[in-house]
Amino acid sequence: MTIELFLQYLVAGLTYGSIYAVVAIGFNIIYNATGIINFAQGEFVMLGGMIAVSLERVVPLPAAVLGAVAATAAVGALVEVTFIRWLSKPSVLRLIVITIGVAILLREAALATWGEGVRSLPYFTGNEVTSLSLGGVHVSPQVLWVLGTTAVTVAFLSLFFGHTLLGWEMRACASNRDAAALCGIPTRNLVTLSFVLSAAIGALAGCVVSPITYTSYAAGGALAIKGFTVAILGGLGNSAGAVAAGLALGVLESLSVSALPTAYKDVVTLTILLAILFVRPSGLFAGREASRLKEF
Amino acid sequence: MAARRPVQVGILAAAVVAAQVAASASGKGFFLTQLTMSAYYTLAVLGLSLLMGYAGQISLGQAGFFAIGGYTSAVLTTLDLSRHRGNAIVAVLARAHLLLPRPDLYGGEVLSVAPWCAFLLAVLLGAVVAASLGVPVLRLRGHYLAMATLAFGTIVSSIAVGTQALGAADGISGVPPFVLLPGLRVGGGAADRIQNYYLAWGMVAVATLLLLNLVHSRTGRALGAIHGAEDAARAMGVDAGRLKLKTFVLSGVLATVAGVFLTHYNGGIGPSEASVMKSVRYVAIVAVGGMGSLWGTLSASAVLNFLSLRGYFGSYDDAVFGAILVLVMLFSPDGILQADLRSLAARLGAGRRAPGEEA
Repeated sequence: MTIELFLQYLVAGLTYGSIYAVVAIGFNIIYNATGIINFAQGEFVMLGGMIAVSLERVVPLPAAVLGAVAATAAVGALVEVTFIRWLSKPSVLRLIVITIGVAILLREAALATWGEGVRSLPYFTGNEVTSLSLGGVHVSPQVLWVLGTTAVTVAFLSLFFGHTLLGWEMRACASNRDAAALCGIPTRNLVTLSFVLSAAIGALAGCVVSPITYTSYAAGGALAIKGFTVAILGGLGNSAGAVAAGLALGVLESLSVSALPTAYKDVVTLTILLAILFVRPSGLFAGREASRLKEF
Repeated sequence: MAARRPVQVGILAAAVVAAQVAASASGKGFFLTQLTMSAYYTLAVLGLSLLMGYAGQISLGQAGFFAIGGYTSAVLTTLDLSRHRGNAIVAVLARAHLLLPRPDLYGGEVLSVAPWCAFLLAVLLGAVVAASLGVPVLRLRGHYLAMATLAFGTIVSSIAVGTQALGAADGISGVPPFVLLPGLRVGGGAADRIQNYYLAWGMVAVATLLLLNLVHSRTGRALGAIHGAEDAARAMGVDAGRLKLKTFVLSGVLATVAGVFLTHYNGGIGPSEASVMKSVRYVAIVAVGGMGSLWGTLSASAVLNFLSLRGYFGSYDDAVFGAILVLVMLFSPDGILQADLRSLAARLGAGRRAPGEEA
């Protein structure tokens, strides 16, 4: 493999990887607030892309993206209020099965609304043949949009959780829900907020990546399982770990395509997931102790 | 419980016979085809019911085992070795009746693995995969176990869709009937419809009885203890790891057997049998029937699979199972046949918190 080709695979890997990282962060936000793994996380990404494509026909692109993020955030809130909020002390098994059911319902609703077709947003800058040359590597401007959006999202979240009262309240809720409630923090509302936040960043990721990867009603499942792999790899609940793991997985997957048939791309990821779960379920970057500390 | 068992078996037998007589008498013999298919799906669901309801372990990979059974048997029994007759190993296998010749569409002769031999190999493969997956996977709990089994199911599904030798998106067709005894064969011919129907439901009845015996034995009580509180069960000397593994393998093998038989019955298998949605559907059926209720699971599976196979859910097939899953888990996590309607009404009336919810 020439060095140029390697760099080309690297860029493609980083692009996909940053999306996996955003999905993983979505998992982490809800996991930290509730202890739930939301199996419908990938559907938020799918909804973001699909809604934006529909809106883009009537309003300008930036408004369509904003609208899609807002609408998906509303769906996130609706999911939490309808299916999670009023259960008292549900078992893990029950929550897993409920979020899986919600994922199926969202997917089937998307199928009924938009059909089976594959859709995509236009490129945010230029078109599919526009490319920038960075040190001999041809990069679509959309790749920069994806990487930039991921960076801004991560920066925004670290500011939010590190420097705002609401962010502190969510962290308090994550580290000890009962104690947080005793301090007068409205824990139930914060759980809803965690679904809103995680749906919103998922939808944003779905919009920026849509011109490159396209999107369809069935796109959520694969994203969810890869995002989960990344979340585990980075240490569940650890978002800095998720970014590193996401980029690593994206690159690995992209390089695997050069050696194996594309149909087996997912098999590579899933084998990594199984291996990690078997060998080191606390993640690559955390010691066993550190993984217990739930931090955003 | 044991005293009620003959009654329950009697009801099952009566229902099976009544359905056959009614279908045949009303000239709707074709209903029996879907009922036979339902029976084989029920076999896979019963295994999952044991794993989820009694051992408390979720699996989102049950369709993976079903597909391992179906595809192994389909590949081996459609393989043509007639060109390798000269080969010493092939000749020995053919003489031992492990390979069977049969005429093909064009009057030529095809030499492929005998169905019973393929069946044994499929079951062996299913058991080995279940055991080697189960050892690491069953150390995980909750979300991790769900995701690990989901990953297994997705891997099997991706391999089925992506491999040319397995027919990729088209699957494998032209699988020959499985001759169990002279005159008794598992295949789709209209003349064999009634005997296949009784064979399939007979297998379901036998599996149910075996599982009930298991559940009401020392092993079953140990499983219940693991479900209730695994640490406490370990403290009482229950070898939780081994028991969970045995249950997982048994559950996987039941699905494998179901996959082999349905593939012979349908004359082929496609990648949709391996899809994750199928696994989720099995989980939904166990949820409807009630965790820890084999009879409930059996009834739910017979009804829901039949309705789905007859196409009553139309293009909303998956949506129906998704909705069922969510509704059952929200309002009656022990299964609708176990639902305490009065407390449900009280809960809805009171609006929010119900006492005594599962922790």
